Amino acid sequence: MKLRLIRRDSASRLAMFTAPVLALALACLASLILFAALGKDAGAALHALLLKPFLSWYSFSEVLLKMAPLLLIAQGLAIGFRANVFNIGAEGQFIVGALCASALPVYFPDGDFPMMLPAMIAFGALGGTVYALIAAALRTRFGASEILVTLMMALIAVQILNYLLLGPWKDPRGFNFPQTVMFPDNALLPILFDGTRTNISLIFALLASVFAYLMMQHHFRGYQLRTAGLAPRAALYAGFSAPRMVWLGLGLGGLAAGIAGASEVAGPLGQLQRSVTSGYGYAAIIVAYVGGLNPLGIIASSFLISVIYIGGDSATVSAGLPVAAVEVFQGLLLFFYLLTFTLIRFRIEFDRKVPA
Amino acid sequence: MSQHALLRLSKVSKRYGTVQANHEIDLEVHSGSIHAVLGENGAGKSTLMKLIYGVEQPDVGHIYWNGQEVHLARPSDAQALGIGMVFQHFSLFETLSVVQNVSLMIPGKTAELAQKIADLGDQFGLSVDPHAMVHRLSVGERQRVEIIRCLLLNPKLLILDEPTSVLPPQSVRRLFETLRKLQADGMAILFISHKLDEIRELCDTASVLRGGEVTGRVDPREHDARSLAQLMIGREMPNVAHAAPQHPGDERLRLNALSHPRASRFGTSLEGIDLKLRSGEIVGIAGISGNGQQELAALISGETRAQEPGMIEIMGKKVGHLGPMARRKLGFAFVPEERLGRGAVPEMSLADNSLLTAHSRSMLSRGFIRRGVERAFTRECIEAFDVRTPGPDAEAGAMSGGNLQKFILGREIMLNPDVMLVSQPTWGVDIGAATAIRRRLLDMRDQGCAILVISEEMDELFEMCSKLHVLHKGHLSPALDAAETSPQEIGRYMIGAAT
Repeated sequence: MKLRLIRRDSASRLAMFTAPVLALALACLASLILFAALGKDAGAALHALLLKPFLSWYSFSEVLLKMAPLLLIAQGLAIGFRANVFNIGAEGQFIVGALCASALPVYFPDGDFPMMLPAMIAFGALGGTVYALIAAALRTRFGASEILVTLMMALIAVQILNYLLLGPWKDPRGFNFPQTVMFPDNALLPILFDGTRTNISLIFALLASVFAYLMMQHHFRGYQLRTAGLAPRAALYAGFSAPRMVWLGLGLGGLAAGIAGASEVAGPLGQLQRSVTSGYGYAAIIVAYVGGLNPLGIIASSFLISVIYIGGDSATVSAGLPVAAVEVFQGLLLFFYLLTFTLIRFRIEFDRKVPA
Repeated sequence: MSQHALLRLSKVSKRYGTVQANHEIDLEVHSGSIHAVLGENGAGKSTLMKLIYGVEQPDVGHIYWNGQEVHLARPSDAQALGIGMVFQHFSLFETLSVVQNVSLMIPGKTAELAQKIADLGDQFGLSVDPHAMVHRLSVGERQRVEIIRCLLLNPKLLILDEPTSVLPPQSVRRLFETLRKLQADGMAILFISHKLDEIRELCDTASVLRGGEVTGRVDPREHDARSLAQLMIGREMPNVAHAAPQHPGDERLRLNALSHPRASRFGTSLEGIDLKLRSGEIVGIAGISGNGQQELAALISGETRAQEPGMIEIMGKKVGHLGPMARRKLGFAFVPEERLGRGAVPEMSLADNSLLTAHSRSMLSRGFIRRGVERAFTRECIEAFDVRTPGPDAEAGAMSGGNLQKFILGREIMLNPDVMLVSQPTWGVDIGAATAIRRRLLDMRDQGCAILVISEEMDELFEMCSKLHVLHKGHLSPALDAAETSPQEIGRYMIGAAT
């Protein structure tokens, strides 16, 4: 018996909304089995994963804290993804953004000039953008795949980070830990809600969402990007410049990731340390796709994934789940999302075997 | 003629989603007969052939082979019975030789196969060198290879899908001779076409399909083309108004020794192409696709940049180095041969597809899309060009070829171009829409637009153009006056016999 995928005549709008919900349900079901097989209390694990983040104001504020970088990076990446420009190395641009922002407080630890924080954000934005544009230059000049280049450059960024933290930028009074000095107060982002760690980077992310929405849904530039992604030959026919789409797609992705990186060191970390490589850049790819690459959908998906992050943390504590199990859950979610999404667009046909 | 029909279909129906592609089709094909299946695009011809060849299975109805009911689950079942099919688009590997291509389907030693190919060639006038590389063969020779490959399976029924659409007139003659020899040999042939004259010349029976149903079963030799057309489209054949060609005015497009190397091994390089196009005239470029048509169209539209600015002039300006948008600003418009994915984005609504080239028609305000203007433009285009669609929100990918072509042509015409390039205007378009499209182009000419038409359909070119060129292997023939040239003359250029 053979299976064939047949494209459906039309994908219903309802199905577009139910796909993520169905994917979540299936991911829960599969992880229930997985957790049970690990000998853990599956019910408690899911309770911790999905409900605990909502049960106290503090844990909810932590969700918002995680959501800020995920949302910001995912909005930037989605713009490129819709133009078939696949920036897989946002993690690298995030790290470079964090590095560039950190340079200011590292070299001026007592600097109390008022422009410290805006300058850090600007440095981060610039660093992330330039780092991503290297891939754009290689793609437009030599045809090098931006998928591979951005991914490899993310690995390079990690090594630069290690070098700086183990060498020139190491805090001399830091007991030889690989981290910089603690940043002065004027190098830290203002807190949004007293008593929490949620800072104004969430506002950056929401502003980026508004920008992405206006550009992708209502501006001609966004239309050109979408056309380039859906039908590259139609974009060529219309005369939209293909290299410009690559520069724009990668540049905006790098910009968003750079700002997110700067916000991370100027926010919850308060210094540059190795844990800045927390995988936001990779998780944002999942966020972008679970959100259907739609600016509004990405707001919802970044919230969802943040809940799973925070829930995952508490699940490792209260239900004794290994960290890897939480990552498996995230992977399952993406897997089932892609599965349900494919089934919305295609139907499966079985070849019946009939004797001739 | 045997007692049983070789192939008999009884009340065969096939439905795709909401479309009833075939409805209660009855068909009988006898040995030694050339049976035409006649119908417009979308009439259900392809679906019917897929059912007979086992590519698809009918929802209801029965298929009988020599009086025995059969189920054809896949093409190999059909081949086992003795059904062979030659597709409109060839399925040969260009990097292999003829005999290597054949050996992919037919078991046997290469030397034996080569001998068999040569024998069949002698017997049925299908001469082709078994050891030639396929990419060096002409279209007619490739078709012969496809037919030989079918004949090696000893079929009793041979299906030919629009076999003449890709052939120059001389090769058509040769194909018909071959088919008559096969017929005399007792083979049954199903000949799918919408070219009425050919059917009247070749076939002894014709089943006419319209809207998925058989609307007539006639002896085509006893009907004239007009009454066959009426059976096929269900009404009187529309006439194209032949307005007297106006005196051509100022020069709008000029190609000066345009040469361009091929982009890939299977592309065509263009060499020294000269062409002049003036306002108020339609100039046609005949020739079989694959002789540089795509390359030439992309160079004129700006999708490919010319090597020197002066090789292409639009409205008197050197534009070889400019992109499509800059050329449109000068008053150029272009209807490409591929509608889905090039002329239109399948996943987008018609309104958003208007934006693709008509964005300069005040559809943008500081870069933001003015949805009202976009929709109004689209609605006007739908009405003025008789596009059958639910409205501006319909997805382009859901429309039939003819309707989408009317939309794209309408969109480009509404740009009020001074010079227009139309590539294969009626490919895959039904007769009604094709006539409407040709009439629109003549109207544009009368309003002073300069139009260049690239087409494989010779009738179409003779109907519209005042001057004709032929593109063969990247060379363009000199301009021929359409009124003083015959199709045979054009055909000689098409196969390279004249230069």
